[in-house]
Amino acid sequence: MMAKVLGAAVVVFLLGASAYGAFFVAPNELTMGVVQRIFYLHAPCGMTALAAFLICFAGNLGFLFKREAKWDWLAVSAAEVGLAFCTVVLLTGPIWAKPAWGVYWAWDARLTSTLVLWLLYVSYLILRTMVEDPDRRALISSFYGVFIFLDVPLVYGSIWWWRTQHPQPVVFTGGLNPEMRKVFYLSWLSLTALMILLIRQRYELEATRGEAQILAREAEAA
Amino acid sequence: MKNLSSVMAAYMIGWGVFFFYFVTVARRTADLRKEVERLKQALARGK
Repeated sequence: MMAKVLGAAVVVFLLGASAYGAFFVAPNELTMGVVQRIFYLHAPCGMTALAAFLICFAGNLGFLFKREAKWDWLAVSAAEVGLAFCTVVLLTGPIWAKPAWGVYWAWDARLTSTLVLWLLYVSYLILRTMVEDPDRRALISSFYGVFIFLDVPLVYGSIWWWRTQHPQPVVFTGGLNPEMRKVFYLSWLSLTALMILLIRQRYELEATRGEAQILAREAEAA
Repeated sequence: MKNLSSVMAAYMIGWGVFFFYFVTVARRTADLRKEVERLKQALARGK
């Protein structure tokens, strides 16, 4: 319990520090001005969402090879958390796009593939509600989870492979001011810590659900 | 400070989503724990 509270406190501190960095430390971008500060939330959220979907993929593969419930619990936890991060990306993107591009949305490769990714993981969670038997649910959703992960490299590579309205990568190509880069890395760290915290919490929920199902079966048999 | 309201809105929405999700998961876990306790007690009574 103490470790949990401490973990949550560290995450809140990191999020606070990254917000302070985004609002007060990072310099104003010359072309876009103050609205570019959305970048410190939007871009790390996108990267964290992809990391969560990668964990989901690992969980799905783990279940297919080992057939142990804990892998399925990890997969669904990471899928739901990844979806939360992807939702933030899809909500903050248009808020930034309107003043920067003049439109809320453009059907370019990055934006469209991200929306498709969001829809795919929503369908993954809906699929899970449609199968009652836990083993069958885990098996079907693991196959589906492995299949839908194919969109993740597509989202990541879209700005490298196609000419898009979405900006080209700046973080790993040296296109970012050193102060901006530091704030970006701090934001990425804080959001990754938040992702780990949320996946752990969601995993606990799934483990408790598993325990409740076993007890319910025992109660029925008794 | 043109567009500062857009920046504020983006951060409020982003944190709002995470906070809402965190609270939802915590509540669902608490409800399930109560269910587990109820089932354990029911099983103990049945023995």
